[in-house]
Amino acid sequence: MNVTTNVDSSYLKIENLWKYFGKFLALEDVSLEIAEGELVCFLGPSGCGKTTLLRAIAGLDLQSNGSILQGGKDVSSLPPSERDFGIVFQSYALFPNLSIEKNVAYGLENTGRSKSEISERVAELLALVGLPDQGKKYPAQLSGGQQQRIALARAIATSPGLLLLDEPLSALDAKVRVHLRHEIKDLQRKLGVTTVMVTHDQEEALAMADRIVVMNHGVIEQVGSPTEIYREPSSLFVADFIGEMNQIPAVAGNSGEVRIGETVMKSLDHKFSDGEKIIAAIRPNDIIPHGDGARSPGAEDTIETDSNAIEVIVDEMEFLGAFWRCRLQHAMFGERELIADFSINAVRRLELNEGSKMLIELPKGRLMAFTPSEAAA
Amino acid sequence: MSDATVEMKGAAGKPIRGKLSRDDIIMRGSMLVIGLYLLITMVFPLYAMLSKSFSTYMFDLSAYEVQVSDEGGATFSEPVTFADLNSTLNVVTEGDLNAGSDGRLGVTQFFPDFSFRSPVNYRIRNTSDTGRFLVGSTLNDTTNWVELDSNTFRRVQLRPVESRGLDNFRAYFGTPALSNSIKNSVMIATISTLITVFLAFWFAYALNRSCMRFKGFFRLVAMAPILVPSLLPGIALVYLFGNQGMLKELLFGASIYGPIGIIIGSVFFTFPHAFLIISTALSISDARLYEASVVLRGSPWRTFWTVTIPGARYGLVSAAFVVFNLVITDFGLPKVIGGQFNVLAVDIYKQVIGQQNFEMGAVVSVVLILPAIVAFTIDRFVQSKQVALLSARSVPYAPSPNTKLDWTLFGFSSLIAVFIVGILGVCQFAALVKFWPYDLSFSLNNYQFDRMDGGGWGSYYNSIKLALLTAVIGTAVIFFGAYLVEKSNGFRTGRTIFQMFAMLPMAIPGMVLGLSYIFFFNNPSNPFYFIYGTMAILVVSTVTHFYTVSHLTATTALQQMDREFESVSASLKQPTLKLFSRVTVPVSMPAILDISIYLFVNAMTTVSAVVFLYSPKTSLASIAVLNMDDAGDIAPAAAMGMMIFYTNTAARIFHLIASRGILQRTQAWRSR
Ligand SMILES: Nc1ncnc2c1ncn2[C@@H]1O[C@H](COP(=O)(O)OP(=O)(O)O)[C@@H](O)[C@H]1O
Ligand SMILES: [Mg+2]
Repeated sequence: MNVTTNVDSSYLKIENLWKYFGKFLALEDVSLEIAEGELVCFLGPSGCGKTTLLRAIAGLDLQSNGSILQGGKDVSSLPPSERDFGIVFQSYALFPNLSIEKNVAYGLENTGRSKSEISERVAELLALVGLPDQGKKYPAQLSGGQQQRIALARAIATSPGLLLLDEPLSALDAKVRVHLRHEIKDLQRKLGVTTVMVTHDQEEALAMADRIVVMNHGVIEQVGSPTEIYREPSSLFVADFIGEMNQIPAVAGNSGEVRIGETVMKSLDHKFSDGEKIIAAIRPNDIIPHGDGARSPGAEDTIETDSNAIEVIVDEMEFLGAFWRCRLQHAMFGERELIADFSINAVRRLELNEGSKMLIELPKGRLMAFTPSEAAA
Repeated sequence: MSDATVEMKGAAGKPIRGKLSRDDIIMRGSMLVIGLYLLITMVFPLYAMLSKSFSTYMFDLSAYEVQVSDEGGATFSEPVTFADLNSTLNVVTEGDLNAGSDGRLGVTQFFPDFSFRSPVNYRIRNTSDTGRFLVGSTLNDTTNWVELDSNTFRRVQLRPVESRGLDNFRAYFGTPALSNSIKNSVMIATISTLITVFLAFWFAYALNRSCMRFKGFFRLVAMAPILVPSLLPGIALVYLFGNQGMLKELLFGASIYGPIGIIIGSVFFTFPHAFLIISTALSISDARLYEASVVLRGSPWRTFWTVTIPGARYGLVSAAFVVFNLVITDFGLPKVIGGQFNVLAVDIYKQVIGQQNFEMGAVVSVVLILPAIVAFTIDRFVQSKQVALLSARSVPYAPSPNTKLDWTLFGFSSLIAVFIVGILGVCQFAALVKFWPYDLSFSLNNYQFDRMDGGGWGSYYNSIKLALLTAVIGTAVIFFGAYLVEKSNGFRTGRTIFQMFAMLPMAIPGMVLGLSYIFFFNNPSNPFYFIYGTMAILVVSTVTHFYTVSHLTATTALQQMDREFESVSASLKQPTLKLFSRVTVPVSMPAILDISIYLFVNAMTTVSAVVFLYSPKTSLASIAVLNMDDAGDIAPAAAMGMMIFYTNTAARIFHLIASRGILQRTQAWRSR
């Protein structure tokens, strides 16, 4: 899944891109390389500049500064009509007065193709997106998901080198959305077309992308494969935006140590110097529940790092279907509670109830240290 | 940390300048062309008019020197100026020195002994380079002496010198006969506004909030006045309440010629405008508020004041300003029925056509433009609030039957309908009666327009031609212009300026536009001089006059279209104009039809802008109504007015059928 990018073979190369809307800085020094055939997701909260970056790549809204190379060619200042891409919008943007066939054929006209070639290609495309019999209908007669597939067919009709998708699934029902996710991913694999997709939905990005570009306030926070982004977030923002994260005010020790309250715990290596204020962070599903016997030597249920194990009180439990969400109290967290997701098995095995005392471990390989941000509440 | 290490938050390298695509160039080029069109047909003429209002012409007697010879014709006296001569003779008063741009002043009056047969010779020269005088038709503007015999000297005429200043305005406000019109106009407009808005509100209330019967019929009747020129109710009122009127006694001796006539007529022709606006406001009120009020046991009266009126307040204010604007700028009606009661719009006409005093016409225009612009600005502001209200999520109100209220409102609506149908009916009656009030038998004599002054049937055909040309050309230009503003990339400043130009015509009264065209186009040094006096200038002025409403209709329709069509089209490497013709125009067809019918109907009925611009060859039906009425041929005037009514009704029906047809044909892709 993790595609390593060879710098020389990068298909799309964005260098030091800046975009101002008047005085407002929408993109700040964005640099990025995308390999041929890759599916990259721009992920970030609404208003962070994803669409702006996508539109700059398309040439629909030119960047203020910086360059864009596509297939080795500098396209920085070219109008969209002189670039090579297909685009799909959240709103589908199908031409309402043209039949499905005509919509898909729109970009094939005036390209030297004969009528029969065009209709052959249209049929092929409609089959490809799984709507072979709908050609004579009008967009308004199709469902949202179907319309978005037609928009996709129209965008890839001319076999562009780059496919741009701006929140293509956001307007759809949750079920349709999940289904179409896979279809788009399959189609992209089949065609091998380099694809950039904008989304604010982390689940969507994790499920579809070869690589994710996490953006915030006009800058790229992190680029990496879904697992990298999830396992090794480079900042508190990324950690918090993707998946859930417990944030515990703490103080740095030496590298590989954090101090929460009076307790010194082992953690992943970090760059902070001893005594700096930090946020210690751990994902709810990384917290390991232990039985009472775990401390006794020779038990199966072993504690990896003694210093990272603490005894907590289960304050609240909430059943979420696949797991139990537990709120755990301990003096070192003060008023805050630690959120932990335990499997149904573990809860049954440990006989956990609201009010129980239990032993947990914050595994050192999952305990991270971050610079506190103003945004962190 | 030293300052040097603090990085500035800013981009390095030089900013990107986009390369323009062929489409961008075409779009910007087209926008420039239409912008230029608006510049030439509106901004330049208005500027010409404004500058005219500040220019005054005056004879400067001290700018010339003359010498007179003895009887021998060779020995000349010392040079004297006309000012010197006049100071002893006093043949010319201070007031005589004020002139128009074409003013000429003979010089023999300064020589009491002058005789064109005498052998005395004269010499004359300008004392400065700016001085000008004519000998016959030859202009002399040098300071060289010109020697002339007596017979030629009598053909010398002084020309006035132009200066800029507020003198015209001083003269205007110093002449009560003129400045009184401001008071008159404002009074008429205010009273008409109050009455119209009151009546239109209850009428709209009846149609939107009651369960009375025949709503469709009432709606139709309410819109009828739009189909006739504003002066037509004037003619009907003359028949009803004039000197030989059928119902003259009802006025108890008061005269219909004057404020009463203008107000009644104004209520008639502004009613549909007010009704439409208020009806829209009432139709969007939120039913949930009514339910809340009922739950709180509010009395109907209380509900009315706490829910209905606040909900419609923007509509009421907007309607008031629109009506005020229509009345104060209207020319046809006060011309027909105003009698001795002077109003601004008619003053412009009188100054220009009656007295050929173009400068004073320009001054009155400037005065008239001010209230119009204020009303326009407030209306735009209020309209923008209304739009915000419209987009709010609300539940439409469905009235429930209430016998007493429904029948009361039915009675009220019937009275309004009788008023509107009555006015039109009287005109139709006048058109058909042989010779009111002596021979009441019916005939078509009054339709034999070729027998009267006013241009005959030719004017009618000219009107049709004007209306068709305006509808076709105007719709094309305006819709395409709106498309360019809405959908082209970048070019912000250009688009903002264009948008401003497009909004301006609404604030410019027709009379003012027409007059400004005289100043701008009737000038041999203008490259567009050739359109003066042709059908072209009538089309141009009418398109410009009705530009704004059409532009707004087009803009609204275009804004409802997906913003990304253009992006998709460009990504598919297809020309934007293909998108325009294959998608934008078909999808906007209902709006396009609305614009064309609006332009057609208005071109048929307009009087104000074109009254200054028609030539004998291009006289129009609406002008013919005016001129025949002026000449006392009131019955034929009514007949011609009814011709306009029939034509517009037919056009409306045609429009309705076309719209229905298109909707049916496009039902497949419109349905959800
Ligand atoms: N045309 C524009 N003019 C001014 N500001 C804009 C414009 N387009 C986007 N912005 C601003 O730039 C920021 C980034 O917008 P966008 O790229 O659309 O965000 P998103 O990540 O949700 O797609 C937002 O704050 C938005 O308000
Ligand atoms: Mg976006």
